[in-house]
Amino acid sequence: MSTDPLLQLLSSKARLSDAELAELLSLTPEQVKVRIAAWEKDGTILGYQAVTDPELAAAGHVSAFIEVKMTPERGGGFDRLALRIARFDQVSSCYLASGGYDLMVVVEGKDLRDVARFVSEKLSTLDGVLSTATHFRLKTYKEKGFLFDHESRTERLAVSP
Amino acid sequence: MDYSSKIARHVAGIPRSGIRDFFELVQGREGVISLGVGEPDFVTPWHIREAAIYSLEKGQTTYTSNLGLLSLRKAIACYVGEFFGVSYDAPTEVLVTVGVSEAIDIALRALLNPGEEVIYHEPCYVSYSPSIVMAHGKAVAVETSKEDGFSLKPEKLAAAITPQSRVLMLNFPTNPTGAVASQEDLEGIAKLCIEHDLIVLTDEIYSELRYDGVKHVSIASLPGMKERTVLLHGFSKAFAMTGFRLGYACAPQPIIEAMMKIHQYSMLCAPIMSQNAALEALENGAPAMMAMRESYHQRRDFMVKRLNAMGLSCHTPGGAFYVFPDIRSTGLSSKDFATKLLEAENVAAVPGSAFGASGEGFLRCCYATAFDDLRLAMDKMERFVGSL
Repeated sequence: MSTDPLLQLLSSKARLSDAELAELLSLTPEQVKVRIAAWEKDGTILGYQAVTDPELAAAGHVSAFIEVKMTPERGGGFDRLALRIARFDQVSSCYLASGGYDLMVVVEGKDLRDVARFVSEKLSTLDGVLSTATHFRLKTYKEKGFLFDHESRTERLAVSP
Repeated sequence: MDYSSKIARHVAGIPRSGIRDFFELVQGREGVISLGVGEPDFVTPWHIREAAIYSLEKGQTTYTSNLGLLSLRKAIACYVGEFFGVSYDAPTEVLVTVGVSEAIDIALRALLNPGEEVIYHEPCYVSYSPSIVMAHGKAVAVETSKEDGFSLKPEKLAAAITPQSRVLMLNFPTNPTGAVASQEDLEGIAKLCIEHDLIVLTDEIYSELRYDGVKHVSIASLPGMKERTVLLHGFSKAFAMTGFRLGYACAPQPIIEAMMKIHQYSMLCAPIMSQNAALEALENGAPAMMAMRESYHQRRDFMVKRLNAMGLSCHTPGGAFYVFPDIRSTGLSSKDFATKLLEAENVAAVPGSAFGASGEGFLRCCYATAFDDLRLAMDKMERFVGSL
């Protein structure tokens, strides 16, 4: 979430062209282009992604939330180990979090066994990882701001005063 | 039975709504892109709906005080104090009504003796003139013009005042024109109202929806005006709560008392679940409201640009969610333009004439519609205008 209107638009309508974005914000396409380029350069914008319904886009695939307890390192805290975990392709997200564990790792795999194998062979075996707790995602209600409930919306009157 | 003699004459005399006629034309058609609505395209923000649901779960289903829940009136007084800069005493100077529509109706009925004149600016919301007639008053329209950005000019108002003038009705930002009143015009109007001892009914329903970073000023906040103004506002547009039917009036105690006399018998009170939802809107609704406003702002700019580009001269409205392009260059009347556009391209927009005689030659396009539909509608309208 951002207070910048252009950034906000990009998080839900990233596929609009510079000209279309400019139209909505009363900017010139050139101004839009320059601002986006600056954000891409300084890392404010990391990339663009279609937010998909996993059941439709990747039926059968499995997602898991793994709580990882680790020992922090002197001089580095959790960073080195966290990045080591994050670099795996199977890891789609990785966060340091407060609470009963240290790292929240989101892993995507072909199926249950695939994810379980990753956790037992690649994750738990890392030096510094004390324990893991794996939670498989069962059903998605909301993803990145997109609600999965097609609310029954009674039709507005076509013409009203 | 011949019912024409059974219906009260003053009601029978109210002309058929121009909007209603157009609505019926649109009704049978499939796949119409409608620019003809007068309500937000957003669903009421979830936290507000949730508050209404929770109030039902808690079993709050009874009548409330006629004036409305005191907690809501306090929140309203607080909001009005901050947003409009006018302070009202919650227990005695605030009345919660069933929409601003009810507030307009009972205010007029509370203020007018038969035949007294109510001045209002046109083009305007469809209910004003009929409400005046139903309150047995005389409706006096003052034309506003495109050249003035549809603001009400004090000189034009002055010309309409007579010894029978009692009330002035204002609505800025305006439905259908999106016009806003300049500080200068408001001051001139206030001066006339004080001079001629008029009561002002100001319909502020679109006042949060102002663009370009301009702060809204209500006439109620000008010197000498609070004692003679009935400030009307609600939740339908800013918080997308049209179906909740919730509005309010803030005015000096004797006027509220008089309005309450009618309200207590005709409505008793506004629905309690809507009142609870409104309370939530006032307490926590600002972020959602601002996000919706930003979205309208973007769409407004798009519409103004496209309409001007296709040769339909359109001023940039300062508020609300309507644009009011001038279609006179096509040589068609408002009604013909709207009808032909509907038939040729399946795009519905309400003829300006439905909002008063000075709306003739204009079209009201509402941009509270999905952006993709707006773009499609503009492409179709461009094609239609090109074919004329």
